Amino acid sequence: MNVIELNELQFRWANQPKNTLALPELSLAQGEHLFIRGSSGSGKTTLLNLLAGILLPTSGHLQVLGQDITQLSTAARDRFRADHLGIIFQQFNLLPYLSVLDNVTLPCKFSKRRQQQAGQLAATALQLLEQLGLAQINPSTAITQLSVGQQQRVAVARALIGKPELIIADEPTSALDADTRDSFLKLLFNQAEAQGSTLIFVSHDPSIAQHFPRSLDLQQVNQVWFC
Amino acid sequence: MVLLKLTLRSLWNRRATVLLTIVAIAISVALLLGVNYIRKEAKISFLSTISGTDLVVGARSGSIQLLLYSVFRIGNATNNISWKSYQELAANPLIDWTIPLSLGDSHRGYRVLGTNQDYFRYYRFADKRPLELAQGQVFAGAFDTVLGAEVARQLGYKLGDKIVIAHGTSEVSTALHADKPFTVTGILKPTGTPLDRTVHITLEGLEAVHLDWVAGTKVNGYNLSAEQALQKNLQPKLITAFLVGLKSRTAAFRVQREINDYKREPLLAILPGVALADLWQALNMFETVLRIISAFVVVAGLVGMLTTILSTLNERRREMAILRAVGAHPYHILVLFILETLVLTLIGCLLGMFLAYLLVWGARPWVLAEYGFYLRTWLPDLDSFNLLALVTGFGALLSLLPGIIAYRRSLQDGLTIRT
Repeated sequence: MNVIELNELQFRWANQPKNTLALPELSLAQGEHLFIRGSSGSGKTTLLNLLAGILLPTSGHLQVLGQDITQLSTAARDRFRADHLGIIFQQFNLLPYLSVLDNVTLPCKFSKRRQQQAGQLAATALQLLEQLGLAQINPSTAITQLSVGQQQRVAVARALIGKPELIIADEPTSALDADTRDSFLKLLFNQAEAQGSTLIFVSHDPSIAQHFPRSLDLQQVNQVWFC
Repeated sequence: MVLLKLTLRSLWNRRATVLLTIVAIAISVALLLGVNYIRKEAKISFLSTISGTDLVVGARSGSIQLLLYSVFRIGNATNNISWKSYQELAANPLIDWTIPLSLGDSHRGYRVLGTNQDYFRYYRFADKRPLELAQGQVFAGAFDTVLGAEVARQLGYKLGDKIVIAHGTSEVSTALHADKPFTVTGILKPTGTPLDRTVHITLEGLEAVHLDWVAGTKVNGYNLSAEQALQKNLQPKLITAFLVGLKSRTAAFRVQREINDYKREPLLAILPGVALADLWQALNMFETVLRIISAFVVVAGLVGMLTTILSTLNERRREMAILRAVGAHPYHILVLFILETLVLTLIGCLLGMFLAYLLVWGARPWVLAEYGFYLRTWLPDLDSFNLLALVTGFGALLSLLPGIIAYRRSLQDGLTIRT
């Protein structure tokens, strides 16, 4: 079973004359790491929102983890996302009013499945933080006292907790300098592999592609540019 | 549960603005409760202007008019009662005591009441409280006067001062009974009733100053000195009204009927409690206005809260996207906002109750000294809780506005972090 399976996927905003996204096909096997390159306006945010079940395709076929997303109700899609997806943003990933620990365990509060898979929440969270090189951070620290690099690693821990099958990372390294970026990527890969999670990594930065076995240029595959 | 925790943490994170919002709500709630309390206390105070009196008797007119001039010193009597009738009626064996009242003159805007010592012996107000003297003693001689607390305080009178009463009740009176001054022999303690604004003199004194007057003007060339006047027969021929205390309250209706059926002159006897309640009904406007004012104060407080929450909506877009990413449904976002306002209004209400308690507690000594009215401790009653429930409900209703905006935005934004 492929983690992602999409065919003739099209998306158009209700008030727009043209499609924002048109992908003929894409499939992603379990455990695969895919790099999607796309500059702003290439439709990558739309793609991520589609994969996460926030948006519904205008037409076409989209399966995530064997589940036809379009068949689910809004609430069911939210539950599906909570259960199976870990999402990392560009920056500002964390709730400023929660501690490091509470931020990491947040997805388990919205998903029973992930809570069960995480087992002992605090212990699992601390272990993840340690594996991400944040052992020296006091888990009750306020988020605002962390550096951006540290914050992004906390975000990774949050995305990984409860072993979701699919990790979606949207430009998580754009706020990091080159050195931090490379070590961040290494940690992300290690942890994703350790959990057997599939990883989709989106960025405008082509130099990141070298770290991935498979990459995709959205500007080339998104057919809206040619019609 | 997680949503409540998120709400509390989020509020704590914004505690400076949150605190101001809560204070604003608390103040408006305290005002609401305070106004409601004053409304009730005012009613109690109003209804306790007179107590222990079973009947008020005057010339036949309306019952409210009779109550107004005899108890509240407002307006004038249309007619008088002859002394003879008064004596005859007062002899009724069912009657325990009577207090004659004679009105019509004034002193610098304050009503002058002619009466006798029985007034100080039998008159009761509030919870059957008797009149007490702050200084001096009850009048003994015809030209003695006992002042109400406010009269003495406002005009700065002390014992032994001489005052002159004016004919009629207009504030600027030129027709003075200047030849027969009265001596202040006593000053009453504050009662919180119209009594505080009354100058009490003897019926004999009142008769004496009018000996050389006929039909409202002084008779030319007929001057009696105070000493000469005292030699005359000072028994009054007329009084304005009288108060009746019965041996047994159960006889009230019987005596009332007897007085109303009195053949010699047309009289009216009223039960003061009933007339007071009627009058309060007539003053309902006052209550309504107070209610409306306090309602608007609360609305202002809650709209303030709404403004604060709406102003945070933009900066909290990020927060919403994060919550959506970890699996929150847009309705979770709506609930977050409702919870937030509920927490704010609940804390605001609690603090407001505490403030109301403090306000009443703090105002008590001052009100007692100034108005002679003892404020009971403010305690939340069922009525207050109903009001607070109304406030909280209204707050929750208002929260739907930012809640729905955030809900729709989080549907639109999805995982897009907008800063």
